[in-house]
Amino acid sequence: MPTTAKIGRGGELKGAATGALTREQQLELYYFLRLNRSLEEMLTRLFRQNQVVGGLYLSLGQEAISVGTAYALGPGDWIAPMIRNVGALLVRGYKPRDILTQYMARVTSPTQGRDTTSHFGDLHVRHVVSPISMLGDLIPVMTGVAMGGRYLGQRIVAMTWIGDGGTSTGAFHEGLNLAAVQKAPLVLVVENNQWAYSTPVTRQVPLVDLADRARAYGIASATVDGNDLPAVYRVTKEAVERARGGDGPFLIEAKTMRMRGHAQHDAAEYVPKEMFAYWKERDPIARFERHLDEQGLWDARTKKALDARVERELAEDLAFAESSPFPAPDSAEQGVYCEGCHEIAPVWQRPVEELLPPKSSVRAEWPALAGAIPLAAMNGSGARASSAKPAPKRNAAGRGAAAKQKPQAKPRAKSRRKAGR
Amino acid sequence: MAEVTYLEAIRQALDEEMARDPSVVLIGEDIGVYGGAFKATEGLLARYGWERVIDTPISETAIIGAAVGMSYLGLRPVAEMQFMDFIACCFNQVTNFAAKSHFRWGAPAPIVVRGPSGGGVHGGPFHSANPEMPFVHTPGLKVVCPATAHDAKGLLKSAIRDNNPVLFFEHKFLYRRIKEELPGEEYSVPIGKAAVRREGRDLSIVSYGAMMYPALDAAAELEKEGIESDVIDLRTLLPLDRETILASVRKTNKLLVVHEDTRTGGMAGEIAAVVCDEAFGDLDGPIVRVTSPDTPVPYSPPLEAHFLPNAAGIVDAARRLAHY
Repeated sequence: MPTTAKIGRGGELKGAATGALTREQQLELYYFLRLNRSLEEMLTRLFRQNQVVGGLYLSLGQEAISVGTAYALGPGDWIAPMIRNVGALLVRGYKPRDILTQYMARVTSPTQGRDTTSHFGDLHVRHVVSPISMLGDLIPVMTGVAMGGRYLGQRIVAMTWIGDGGTSTGAFHEGLNLAAVQKAPLVLVVENNQWAYSTPVTRQVPLVDLADRARAYGIASATVDGNDLPAVYRVTKEAVERARGGDGPFLIEAKTMRMRGHAQHDAAEYVPKEMFAYWKERDPIARFERHLDEQGLWDARTKKALDARVERELAEDLAFAESSPFPAPDSAEQGVYCEGCHEIAPVWQRPVEELLPPKSSVRAEWPALAGAIPLAAMNGSGARASSAKPAPKRNAAGRGAAAKQKPQAKPRAKSRRKAGR
Repeated sequence: MAEVTYLEAIRQALDEEMARDPSVVLIGEDIGVYGGAFKATEGLLARYGWERVIDTPISETAIIGAAVGMSYLGLRPVAEMQFMDFIACCFNQVTNFAAKSHFRWGAPAPIVVRGPSGGGVHGGPFHSANPEMPFVHTPGLKVVCPATAHDAKGLLKSAIRDNNPVLFFEHKFLYRRIKEELPGEEYSVPIGKAAVRREGRDLSIVSYGAMMYPALDAAAELEKEGIESDVIDLRTLLPLDRETILASVRKTNKLLVVHEDTRTGGMAGEIAAVVCDEAFGDLDGPIVRVTSPDTPVPYSPPLEAHFLPNAAGIVDAARRLAHY
């Protein structure tokens, strides 16, 4: 399968220039991939042994997306993982014990037993926002993180993930649209894993490429083979740097396959067997191993050492989790409110004097031609008909958009999809 | 000092908090250039700029979501619902994201969601509701319903400084109808403390928001008949000031609760339960509710007048209770 990273609109991928990875980085990426998968294999065993208290949600087959996208971020950037983004949490510095104790509901878990799965976070060191189970709601929240970071002068990027099914929610629309009009530094990764529980993507979205949705928000996008780790990394690196540079949000569609049911209880009998077979041949870890082989970046001994490290760390963390007690029952009533237990203070990276004393010179009116709506172009025609092959349009997000716009990509051929419309 | 309306008191609180603390930002629909549908944020864009007074698309979920996200960076966003009825559109963000954040993963979400609620202005079913109770029933939130200009300003300041998500239900009927002189110096009003507006020995009338005024009118009317009422303004519904209610009931032995919100599942039910739990032996009569009926808020003036509780209804109920 060829490497596929197609930029949707707004410019060509710069490719290797922004996506160059050292040997050490690539070996580290392998470590995270392997850790992600082996951790979830361990969780599967624990689930069968009744050690997992609730449901178990696997990212099997999708690991390259979590790992490759999170790896493209800087340490000051923020993420909000979804349930299948354990790999992103590992890249962000969480340890297997954090995920094990979450699933096993122990007092040593990041939430002290109050929530499960990837539902934890850290505002101050790892900059991780905990998800909630309702899909799409992380997008407006991470838009707020992106806007807040910009206001504080932090030059951060906010990243979150959503599945193909989650793109159907109202929160997805509201959040992405706000990010677009605000030109917020948000990178949204749409993991198109073909299935939303039992519902295929064709019943979720009437599009071949979910990245096409970005056009309606006036933001840049790309479609990438989500099982190709270097490609995922490269496209994300570019998206992150564009967002950081002020180009606004970027939507990445990563095509992949959920290789298990929605959760462990779900045998996924509704998935055609050939589909599993097709994607099994495109397993992201096997492909990355071949890449390392072909590039001569490792040998059998290196691989063995990395695998042994993963096994050792998992064994240690399992022992930690198993020896951890459950929380004290009455701790259930603690911590509903912040009663002075947290100090809340933003990290200013711009002079606060810019903001105080208050400004008095702002004109409280909308500029004529706010944004970049080409009103003149609409005169006479009344409205523009959409065409199958639209001309590249300027990002309509706001002030200064035109000046910063990258060279336009050639519009992608749409003819192959015309027949279906 | 000039007298200040309830609406101007809210605007002053926002202005003073923004001047005091650059981490306070405003976000909402039409709050910037237009100054808000009721002008609660008028002049603030000119004073604080586009970064701190953020006009958004018509997206209540995005407004609350973005406020929560900004709060995670240590900012203190104040989100406006153009009408509190529209908080239904972002119920998930408020109740599942903001409210559970500190309990689940120790992340405080210091946001304020404020806006006009309540009837009496012929707003019809979607611009008149008192949608406070779903949030009173949500652990992790605080719910504030000021009845005076003094409290609106002081409580909004406390809400902005609070480390938890606070829902601030302004009453639109009061916006321009009441005014009072406010302290010249800096002040705030603590969340969670009720105020005793009138003292009497015969029965306790507990209310909040715009219903404080018919409740006080009723108390004045009852006094002519020799019935002396304690009148308590809750000011905050969550956390509830149980002590003030219980102390009053222990003195008067009779309790009447008045609210503009509909009857079933309303605040009066919770207050009745608290009093039954804690002071049943002190009661010399049934706990009586005067509320609007279990219907949406109707539009036509005679219908809305029928819907809303009024002083005459409170006097009737209180008289019967006093003579029980």
